Amino acid sequence: MNRYTNADLLLAIGVVMLLVQLVRRLLDVPQRLPRWNRLLSWLWAPAAVTFAITAVLHYKNTHLDDAYLLVAVGAIVATLLRLRHYRPARTLLLGLAPVVLQRFISVCLQLGGYQLLPPLTTLFKIFGSLDAYWFFAMVFLARSQKKALIKQEQLREKEEQERQLIAAQNAELERLVAERTAALTQQAAELNTALDELRTTQGQLIQSEKMASLGELTAGIAHEIQNPLNFVNNFADVSAELVAELEEEQARPTRDAGLEDELLRDLKHNLFKINQHGQRAASIVRGMLEHSRASTGERRLTDLNALADEYLRLAYHGLRAKDKTFNATLQTDFAPVLPLVEAVAPDVGRVLLNLFNNAFYAVQKRQQLGEAGYAPTVRVQTRRVGDDVEVRVRDNGTGIPEAVRTKVFQPFFTTKPSGEGTGLGLSLSHDIITKGHGGTLSVESCEGEFTEFCITLPF
Amino acid sequence: MKILVVDDEPDVRTLFEQRFRREIRSGEFSFSFAYSGEEALTFLTGHHSEVVLILSDINMPGMSGLELLRHVKHDLIPPPPPLVMMITAYGDTDSYNQAMELGANDFLTKPVDFTALKDKLHAISTA
Repeated sequence: MNRYTNADLLLAIGVVMLLVQLVRRLLDVPQRLPRWNRLLSWLWAPAAVTFAITAVLHYKNTHLDDAYLLVAVGAIVATLLRLRHYRPARTLLLGLAPVVLQRFISVCLQLGGYQLLPPLTTLFKIFGSLDAYWFFAMVFLARSQKKALIKQEQLREKEEQERQLIAAQNAELERLVAERTAALTQQAAELNTALDELRTTQGQLIQSEKMASLGELTAGIAHEIQNPLNFVNNFADVSAELVAELEEEQARPTRDAGLEDELLRDLKHNLFKINQHGQRAASIVRGMLEHSRASTGERRLTDLNALADEYLRLAYHGLRAKDKTFNATLQTDFAPVLPLVEAVAPDVGRVLLNLFNNAFYAVQKRQQLGEAGYAPTVRVQTRRVGDDVEVRVRDNGTGIPEAVRTKVFQPFFTTKPSGEGTGLGLSLSHDIITKGHGGTLSVESCEGEFTEFCITLPF
Repeated sequence: MKILVVDDEPDVRTLFEQRFRREIRSGEFSFSFAYSGEEALTFLTGHHSEVVLILSDINMPGMSGLELLRHVKHDLIPPPPPLVMMITAYGDTDSYNQAMELGANDFLTKPVDFTALKDKLHAISTA
């Protein structure tokens, strides 16, 4: 049977289909080229048909398998060429090339009836046996390349996934940041509003502190105005009497020139007194108005002796009006020649008033303790020290405990029961003296003995 | 009749001297002045039993008129104590009660009605 059948064809089919299988699996042809894959799976068909026909016809041709192999391998090479961008495909091509070339050359030699020279024949045969090794080496290389590529691809995919994850996280972060920013912006706006409100409130507090100290003064002011007004009325009355007496005297036949002169002198003196006491009342009213008005901040040459004296009396009578049983010795130790100070008089007056009020409050508290032989005393002293004028306000009251002494200038700090003090008096005073006038305000105290505040103002 | 006026306002002296100038001229009244409670006490210790009447302000720095009143009515030796009239700008009942408890003979409020005061003084001096 072998004599009349082309059994070589069957062998070729086996080789071709093995090769096809190898290419398909190695290069994932079903996925990459589905149509070519179908074509490749029918590659056995021409050989099988040829084998069947030649077997029936008892036709034998030893070149049929070579021809089939050429066509089939051609189809496979074409497939590989289609996939040339895939690196294992190129490697396989490279592996297949010597086998195909060697086969092609030997077929051509056979067909032409040529023979290579003997040394070349040996060499050709050696190459032919090496072809198979080369091919399988290339297959392995392609396999490892494919694995490497798959690994690379997996890595790439992983990286992509990570990148997407990071991108998603970034987006989330950005959203959070935006959210936080919006919240912060809103908070900042709220804080700004709160700050504005605080500023307004602070302004109102300062004004109400002024009004509170003025309220404490009201009775003192009333007393201080009442006194000069009484004098004005009394001197006016008595002057009317003097005038009546003078007229009486003039009507007499014998006039007493000495008496007339005396009456006239008294009249003149009374008019001066009326004017003086009128001025005194007016200055108190003016002081009160200045005190209640928001400060204009205008600096004028100010006599601190006069200012201290005025406010000392106001503070004293203010407290007296509230507590009739209260009494204190007022000591004034004024420098006879004191330089005038460039100052905002109503502001410095407020500071003095505050210090006096505190001093009277302290001696009153100590007096209420019922200590035997205690004489409440408030002293104000002025003097020149170098280029400064110094005003010291000293009381022998309850004193300030050491723990509290550093806090007395802090806003809202007060030792008075709630509702009695705003805690702003000394804080504002400190601001007025230091920030407003470039001076200093300090305190010395010994608990249970005395407190002394010292103002220095440059002139 | 010797009268001691105690007030921390120096112009009170001028006022009294003019208001009572006829009485002073005729020698009916003679006025002395003190500008604080302490000064008044010193004056009284030097001129005890001379002063018949004290007219004292209540609100004065240092010793108040009420303290002076207490000293005059309880500490001054020898008796009899002088009459004391209190004069105050605050005509409140507290001060009034306190003054009366301490033995004040009268209680006047500022502004002083000098016509009424004159009548009272005349009544005392002729009594």
